[in-house]
Amino acid sequence: MIPSLISWLTDPASWSGEDGIPTRLLEHLGYTLLTVVLAAVVAIPLGLWVGHTGRARWLVSLTNSVRAVPTLGLLFAVSLLLGPRISGELAFLVPSIVVLVILAIPPILAGTYAGIEAVSPAVRDAARGVGMTGWQVVRSVEVPNGMPLLLSGIRSAVLQVVATATIAALVGLGGLGRYLIDGIALGDYPRAAGGALLVAVLAVVLDGVLALVQRRVVSPGLTAGARSGRQGRGGSRGGPAGLAGGGRRGGVSGSGKDSADEMVEGERFVGETRAPL
Amino acid sequence: MTWLGDNWRTVLDLAVSHLYLAGVPLVIGLVLALPLGWAAKRWAGAYPVIITGTGLLYTIPSLALFVMMPLLLGTKILDPVNVLVAMTIYTVALLVRTVADGLRAVPDHVEQAATAMGYRGLRRLFGVELPLALPVIAAGLRVAAVSNVSIVSVASVVGVSQLGDLLVDGYNRVIWGELLTGILACVLLALLLDLVIQAGTRALTPWVRAQGGRP
Repeated sequence: MIPSLISWLTDPASWSGEDGIPTRLLEHLGYTLLTVVLAAVVAIPLGLWVGHTGRARWLVSLTNSVRAVPTLGLLFAVSLLLGPRISGELAFLVPSIVVLVILAIPPILAGTYAGIEAVSPAVRDAARGVGMTGWQVVRSVEVPNGMPLLLSGIRSAVLQVVATATIAALVGLGGLGRYLIDGIALGDYPRAAGGALLVAVLAVVLDGVLALVQRRVVSPGLTAGARSGRQGRGGSRGGPAGLAGGGRRGGVSGSGKDSADEMVEGERFVGETRAPL
Repeated sequence: MTWLGDNWRTVLDLAVSHLYLAGVPLVIGLVLALPLGWAAKRWAGAYPVIITGTGLLYTIPSLALFVMMPLLLGTKILDPVNVLVAMTIYTVALLVRTVADGLRAVPDHVEQAATAMGYRGLRRLFGVELPLALPVIAAGLRVAAVSNVSIVSVASVVGVSQLGDLLVDGYNRVIWGELLTGILACVLLALLLDLVIQAGTRALTPWVRAQGGRP
């Protein structure tokens, strides 16, 4: 099987034309970018608002419960509903993009909210104390402090979209998913496996690139805190908690119960935002 | 509604396969994740390696993993084993981190107290550390259960039968009753697994209730 996979990947025919790898790859990246930008435009302001005001937290748990709905079913239902109402090429594109946006919102919303939420009340009070307005607190304190979690929210949204866009080939979307769906339909296994390999590589590379971006964008003050956090075993996990954890570590050691609490919360968040498919 | 009335037997059969394909990897995944997570906690150098490695596996989209399985395992493309192994990989990838972080969250002074009382090695792990990490591990397990149920439905695309068949068939033949039944059945199954894990956790951690719900 592997030789036929290699021959598919190295066949010049696989690399040219409408159904060529470069075209499909660009399509896939295009859908991903479009969807994540649309989702971020909705989810980041909403997450900032919920995190800053502490109001409407149910919104976060509501969008999280969307997760139990099977992606495949959502994709089919939305395309059956919207497909006939839209004419031409867009009939395939719009339903898929709508579903992808719906799926990309929860991780970004949860990430933004959790990032803001994790900012220590002491830090927030200090910002108020030096005379910052509500908006300044959001912009110069909460966002930079919440950045690690916000970005991991975006990272998981990107992975989610890359994976779901692959499945959306079933309802007529282009992109690398075409190779998998068409390959399976035609019984052309090398093509399906080649597509699978390309999608997997794309996902891993995108995630790696975003991890680098994350490292660059996050304020050095936070990463320094995380590093000292790692030495203090049994304390908070550093990283996401950032300054918040730093503050607590400065206090009485052995607030184990608190850090276990934080762990449950943090873990639930990490897990929930990183669902594949 | 009428569609469900006529086909409830099929739905039940598919739900059982779905539960099998999502549930068995959950159990195997947990069993595999415990030693890996423990190793990641025990040796500081192993932590980033294990966490990054499993994280990498987690980034691979499900359909791609299903399709690549025959290449890796030498199985046939329609073999349900492909789905079982792929789902186990996802479960391990998700749980290793949870187990490691759960164990790391056990306070040092508790470990020291246990050691002072004569708990050593495996006995300390199973008697003290694991029970204390249980709420965290259970939270991860719940996430894994819900996501497994959703991912397994994609296996219909590679011809492995479960509730996802209702989605594909309902879509292809535009039978709304079938499509909605499929979606609803998946959601209910996810809910059911979630409730079972929650109930199990409650039964295994009586001290959490005694402290008024705080772990």
